[in-house]
Amino acid sequence: MTTYFNEMFDGKSVRDPYARLGDWMATMPADRRLEKQAEAEALFRRIGITFAVYGEGGDPDRLIPFDMFPRVFTNHEWGKLERGIKQRARALNAFLVDVYGRAEIVRAGRIPARLVFQNEAYERAVAGFVPPKGVYSHIVGIDIVRTGPTDFFVLEDNCRTPSGVSYMLESREMIMRMFPELFRENRIEPVDRYPEALRRTLASVAPAKCDRDPTVVILTPGHFNSAYYEHSFLADLMGVELVEGADLFVEGGFVWMRTTEGPKRVDVIYRRLDDAFIDPLCFRPDSMLGVPGLMDVYRSGGVTICSAPGAGVADDKAIYTYVPEMVRFYLGEEPIIPNVPTWKCGNADDLGHVLSNLKDLVVKEVHGSGGYGMLVGPKSTKAQIEEFRERIKADPANYIAQPTLALSTTPTFVEEGIAPRHVDLRPYCLVGERIELVPGGLTRVALREGSLVVNSSQGGGVKDTWVLAE
Amino acid sequence: MLSRTADNLYWIARYMERAETAARLLEVGARIALLPSAQGYRNDWDSLLRASGNAAGYAAKYGAPAEKAIESWLFFDRDNPNSVASCITAARENGRIVRTALTGQVWDALNTAFQELRQLEARRASCELSRLTDWTMKQAAMVRGSIDATLLRNDGFNFLNIGYYLERGDSTARLMDVKYYVLLPQLEYVGSGLDNDQWSMLLRALGAHRAFHWAYGGEITAAKIAHFLILNPQSPRALITCVAGMANHLGRLAKYYGRETPAQPAVQDLLKMIETATVETIFDEGLHEFLTRFVGEAARLGAVIHDSYLSGDM
Repeated sequence: MTTYFNEMFDGKSVRDPYARLGDWMATMPADRRLEKQAEAEALFRRIGITFAVYGEGGDPDRLIPFDMFPRVFTNHEWGKLERGIKQRARALNAFLVDVYGRAEIVRAGRIPARLVFQNEAYERAVAGFVPPKGVYSHIVGIDIVRTGPTDFFVLEDNCRTPSGVSYMLESREMIMRMFPELFRENRIEPVDRYPEALRRTLASVAPAKCDRDPTVVILTPGHFNSAYYEHSFLADLMGVELVEGADLFVEGGFVWMRTTEGPKRVDVIYRRLDDAFIDPLCFRPDSMLGVPGLMDVYRSGGVTICSAPGAGVADDKAIYTYVPEMVRFYLGEEPIIPNVPTWKCGNADDLGHVLSNLKDLVVKEVHGSGGYGMLVGPKSTKAQIEEFRERIKADPANYIAQPTLALSTTPTFVEEGIAPRHVDLRPYCLVGERIELVPGGLTRVALREGSLVVNSSQGGGVKDTWVLAE
Repeated sequence: MLSRTADNLYWIARYMERAETAARLLEVGARIALLPSAQGYRNDWDSLLRASGNAAGYAAKYGAPAEKAIESWLFFDRDNPNSVASCITAARENGRIVRTALTGQVWDALNTAFQELRQLEARRASCELSRLTDWTMKQAAMVRGSIDATLLRNDGFNFLNIGYYLERGDSTARLMDVKYYVLLPQLEYVGSGLDNDQWSMLLRALGAHRAFHWAYGGEITAAKIAHFLILNPQSPRALITCVAGMANHLGRLAKYYGRETPAQPAVQDLLKMIETATVETIFDEGLHEFLTRFVGEAARLGAVIHDSYLSGDM
């Protein structure tokens, strides 16, 4: 039987970061906990925080379950994570600038040309264009899992518009409100400077033609979008306008927004909209969400779009396996946080290995997300495995496989009291003139006993994530 | 501010005011139900539906006016865009879109109204009519109060108030128009019991029954009622109060933005139309004609405000 690393308990003793939570947990009466839980849920519903993690789908009005037991990192543990995350964010951006430029990494034979140039997310429309400060992905969400005291792995990169950061901020607010005593007993690094840091990051990549304090906006697909709450939450905290495509228009080489005082120029657009929808003249002509002519202004340096169109080519699951190679190629460093070992089914050798070990592996679609279209070998029936085998054989290049990771657990409030549940971590790395990481992130927890799938659409919840000050 | 944001704010106010109007109509309905059922009162149900602004929609769905069906139509029915449920849902949705332009308290008031509405809907069979109307007035007051108490006095505040006053003026004029014939000095009705019931029903529909007596005392006459609901600036729902309110907030917008638009002269024109009127000139013109003219002019003003501030096409 697999043993899982428990982030709080090492045998009978409590690990350092959780030292002060042991008593808190032991002395909390069950009725107080239930009372607090109900209070937290009522508060979330009242502020109207409904939300879905990028690409997960599901009912947009559903609350994601919130677990009140914090997940804790020591300053030392976080230090290593931070270095690893920033390193990866730098490499991913270097890769993007490269593949839309001279593509040295392809010429050097370190990544197959096919994977880059025939990738659906590769945007020919921006080839040869270098965005301000050479940044394509301004908010890099890197999903990390842990299997031991010092064993961390990157599970996935999100270079487009990773969501969930509002939950990082709201979870913290909630815990501070519910259990203020915890913040006196523990010295916890604050996360509430994230919106300010995001604004600074966005302003730092203002376009060449901007000769004044840049006007930043968030572009949302609209209030029917499942992440609308997050869009409006961030706009509010940053003090910038939340616009829809119809609020913007292009004229005289610039982008303008329609205001009650007449047109106002926009310099930086943080879009929460896929590439395909941002400009019907350049991409999908049936998009009602975008701004006609936006891409022309962008390419002539009249506006900056964050993340830059085309950034998605770096976070594809097929490209993922090459990220350690990018770190070596562009930075001349060894990856601080390794990848999960991955077999590419498009590769004949790998395919053989995968097909004969399906019961032990996790198999994912290359372009899938959200825990759909995947096989978790050890948790599947023979019939499910056989069915998946046929799917892989039919289109091997569409699948990758990874060992079933012994995801770490943290104590979680469940019906019977407290029990270990599996978690992952999504920190949000900001890349502009500088590279910044707020100490914390979104911890997702698989609330079902034994489940390794943390996605909210599959019964996952969220936790507050603490980094202890030194 | 974004033109769309201003538009959303304006509609939050209009929908909340409209929800209140629907609730007042329901209250009137409740009183009708308590009166002895004579031939004349069928008429009241009809006028109630006409005042709600969507009598045809009701007829298509339910046919002849009936108490339960009308209650349902005015409060719960989502097919009726002017029902309390439709209006509160729309106000909250507009609020959700412009969360960033609202304070936490205003949003909380809008969202609480919506969440409680969903609970009411879940057990609608057991809801007493009087509780539904009280509940609606309370929600409207909570939203209005949190706007007044917590919102910055900026352009957004002005757009909200313009929405409130425009909707309120429109609703007063329509309610009066539905009942205008009651106010016509027809000899055979004056002093009859029916007449008084009809008048007090109109005042109740405008939540002005007690206020009227405070302001005028004595006998209820057509001239007094017309004066109270059109020309008396003390009356919170009088046309003059509503237009002056719009003039005030449009004036503040012009100052705030440092520029006038066609909306400012347009509201002054409308204000002048009312300020120069007297009960006599109104009755000479014909109450129905006067009210029809007002509703038309108010709609035109609404369109000018839309073009000047809310459409973004300047």
